[in-house]
Amino acid sequence: MKDYELIVVGGGPAGLAAAAGAWEAGLRKILIVERDVELGGILNQCIHNGFGLHYFKEELTGPEYAGRFIKRLAGTDIEVLSDTMVLDVTEGPAVLVSGRECGCRLIQADSVVLAMGCRERTRGAISIPGSRPAGIFTAGTAQRYINIEGYMVGSRVVILGSGDIGLIMARRLTLEGAKVLACVEVMPHPGGLSRNIAQCLNDFNIPLYLSHTVTDIIGKDRVEKVIVSQVDERRRPIPGTEMEFECDTLLLSVGLIPENELSRRAGIEIDPRTNGPVVYGSMETSMPGVFACGNVVHVHDLVDNVSDEGERAGRSAAEYVLGGDKDAAPDGKAVSLKNGEGVTYTVPQHIYPSAGAADVYFRVAHTFDKSVIRVLDDGEEVLSFRRARMAPGEMEKITIPADKAAALKGTVTVLAQEA
Amino acid sequence: MAHEFICTVCPRGCHLRVDDDMNVTGNSCPRGVKYAIAEVTAPTRVVTSTVRINGAALRRCPVRTAAPIPKGLMGEAVKALSDVTLTAPVETGDVVIADVLGTGVDFIATKTFAKV
Amino acid sequence: MYDVAIIGCGVIGAATAYQLSRYDLKIAVFEANNDVAAATTKANSAIIHAGYDPVPGTLTAKLNVEGNAMTEEICAKLSVPYKKVGSLVLSFEPENDAMLEELLRRAKANGVPHAAILTRDEALAIEPNLNPEIRGALYTPDSGIICPWEYALAMAETAVRNGTELFLSCPVTGLAPEDSGYVITTPKGTYRAKYVINAAGVHADDVHALLEEPDFRITPRRGQYYLLDKSEGGVVKHTIFQCPTKMGKGILVSPTVHGNLIVGPDAEDLTDKADVSVTAAGLVMLGNMARLSVPTLTTRNNIRNFAGLRAESDSEDFIIRESENFPGFFDLAGIRSPGLTASPAIGRYTVGLLEKAGAKLTEKKDFIDHRERIVFRDLPFAEQQKLVEKDPRYGRIICRCETITEGEILDTFKTPIPPVSINGVKRRCNAGMGRCQGGFCSPRVHAIIARELGIPMEQVLMEDEGTFIVQGETK
Repeated sequence: MKDYELIVVGGGPAGLAAAAGAWEAGLRKILIVERDVELGGILNQCIHNGFGLHYFKEELTGPEYAGRFIKRLAGTDIEVLSDTMVLDVTEGPAVLVSGRECGCRLIQADSVVLAMGCRERTRGAISIPGSRPAGIFTAGTAQRYINIEGYMVGSRVVILGSGDIGLIMARRLTLEGAKVLACVEVMPHPGGLSRNIAQCLNDFNIPLYLSHTVTDIIGKDRVEKVIVSQVDERRRPIPGTEMEFECDTLLLSVGLIPENELSRRAGIEIDPRTNGPVVYGSMETSMPGVFACGNVVHVHDLVDNVSDEGERAGRSAAEYVLGGDKDAAPDGKAVSLKNGEGVTYTVPQHIYPSAGAADVYFRVAHTFDKSVIRVLDDGEEVLSFRRARMAPGEMEKITIPADKAAALKGTVTVLAQEA
Repeated sequence: MAHEFICTVCPRGCHLRVDDDMNVTGNSCPRGVKYAIAEVTAPTRVVTSTVRINGAALRRCPVRTAAPIPKGLMGEAVKALSDVTLTAPVETGDVVIADVLGTGVDFIATKTFAKV
Repeated sequence: MYDVAIIGCGVIGAATAYQLSRYDLKIAVFEANNDVAAATTKANSAIIHAGYDPVPGTLTAKLNVEGNAMTEEICAKLSVPYKKVGSLVLSFEPENDAMLEELLRRAKANGVPHAAILTRDEALAIEPNLNPEIRGALYTPDSGIICPWEYALAMAETAVRNGTELFLSCPVTGLAPEDSGYVITTPKGTYRAKYVINAAGVHADDVHALLEEPDFRITPRRGQYYLLDKSEGGVVKHTIFQCPTKMGKGILVSPTVHGNLIVGPDAEDLTDKADVSVTAAGLVMLGNMARLSVPTLTTRNNIRNFAGLRAESDSEDFIIRESENFPGFFDLAGIRSPGLTASPAIGRYTVGLLEKAGAKLTEKKDFIDHRERIVFRDLPFAEQQKLVEKDPRYGRIICRCETITEGEILDTFKTPIPPVSINGVKRRCNAGMGRCQGGFCSPRVHAIIARELGIPMEQVLMEDEGTFIVQGETK
């Protein structure tokens, strides 16, 4: 007898939804292990609105969105170990935890859902030249300082990267009395949602410099200046285009990376395109009984999709545990999904044709106006979807209906083309 | 003069266009029309921020306006929060400032804090 | 009145203090920065060199080989991460082959215990990721990798534990001879010492100039680095050097004791002794040069770039001597590579110089030559369990990337040289040095520092004075 039917690693939006999904699908011994002192994950510091339009059909802030799920769990017997870190996930599966309250111990489970989320790319990841003074923050760290701890990180700010957290922080800092001088994006298109460009930059007349990057940081103790240069189509700085911004703070919003140290150590197959585990439609990973969902699989831009994915992983874990024969895959063979032109990845990477309708998430490589998404089975088009506009900053989702899914037999390619 | 902007009603981000006769194009749903007209005539925004809280596990409580307020009042509204210090316990939805700047809209807490 | 004053607490000052603290001497160490190991010592290649490189007969050669031989024991006693991984010097051109022969000859002359020239196939057999176009390599098993700042810190802590007084944030601004020694002026007060040791690194000439115009000049030679993620830490198992040419010593690729991969350094002579910025051109060059040794190396998984300044002098050799005009004043200057390796031998050699100069050296009977540090992640599971049962703070992970617990962070405040900054905590227990570079843990470490030092959050520093992180409360 295992300690739990399901252990969920991480109590952010993905883990909360997975636990709720598993409970509603019939599991009764569920444990969530959360490293922070409270549930909710990064939602707790995302105090802005814009969450939940799809999932709850109303617009909520991050803490409110998390609160809804926490309330939902309060009506169950799901157990929570907070302020506790998972050190390892091993075959079995089992989970090695460490925490002030629980000490160090190994907990056995019939199934595990990985929901560790993601972390921010740092200055090192993009090798920004210059000195190394105080005043350089990833946007999320600054967000924690301001929204949770209640401290201002600076008064004159440049933001590198137009990811959603950076855009949100541009507005937050401005309303809190700081001057945001510029948002600088190396790509020719914004990294975040269009609505955040509108309501976080345009509303406050903060200039957005596309195809620009920070080429030098100056300052001994604290940031004094940053130099911003235009870049060419290969993202190399163009000499002579330097602009100087006197500022005391540089925020970095230059991308998120799924946190898969546990998955890698456990030997779970990772997709180099997403940096997340390779998953089936059920969100099962390459390790039997281990499922994954949310930003640990691929970086989402809407928490609503994370919740959907989390519930799916939770339900799948329940089916796996309650289904009896653990080795039995769904009937038939899985087919693999590949990204074709204009598409950078797909999640899931494999689907079972017999498992019913399949949701497929993906991102496009560049912006598209009127366009068409095609699904090919061994080169033969089986489905197409029209889109008015697509951008890399906005995740796309298509649903392959059950009948079409059932007919898939070869390698399935998802591609995007201008219409 | 025609106005062009991005719809912020939902994450879809439609590129809206409003002409002089208040004809809206580029929207994908009726909410876009409503938003576009409001954006041209009387733009509004939901404002989110934090206020001090005593007696809770954290030192700041997140808040928002219960409904959109005039866009021009965003800065003033946030300033009004400077004078507020909450004391735990606080429930999500508790009124933090009633009728912010005479807008008829309240600032409400968006997180529940137990007393510690 | 101190018997000995040491100016500078990088690895040279620390090693000298450590060696001197074995004796019944009243010792003071003055450090301009707010922490020890805060300049050259914290930003270098972190290599313990075997000693085949220095020209035979030089002090550099002697102290290199001696220092190498001393390292293992000191690291074992003082709990300093050190691994004897061995090194390879690669040959790419026929001219390089001759240089390898020369290095082998020097190795023998300098007394390096083991060195051999490997064929291409032999080298590739022990390092499969090397460029298959190499012609051969000089192999020495006695090279090692070390945590340089912890090495200095451990020696400084041990000196302090044995009675040495350490003055931080205390630059020496004046030096004057008097009958029985020297008067040392600092912003914190005036001190007297019989002997003064100048271990001021890139500022050694400036410190000497407080007494007289020095007959040497220190040029800060900047070296830039990549520190790659642990995912790349196994790309090579040895420290890989390129054959030195007229163009320089080449770019090294090496595992670090923390499991990362280090790539660097370039060499650029500057005038500003505080300029440790990195440059786009320098970094691109590093990547390209490193791929000559390891073609598959990618800097995509970089976690940090940094630069350090070597104390390059106009002398071919280390400048370690008593001043002719000012007896009792000793320069330990121009300690370029392999200074880190040589440091304990330099300390010991300096003890000899003091003795020759007339210092009375009586060994302490109760010298503490021991230092321990709990490293949670390195303990076996059963030990971890026991530790957490005893003190639950060791169960609470603060730095996720490096698995550093609250207990370990709190331990740093109980050491003889407690940290005063976020980077000070990082150097003492590794919190924040992982792949997220403190993104998650720095606000938490920040709060712990404020609590432990009893200061407001606004006064907590990232590194030196003035490196404030937050500017005040939100409304």
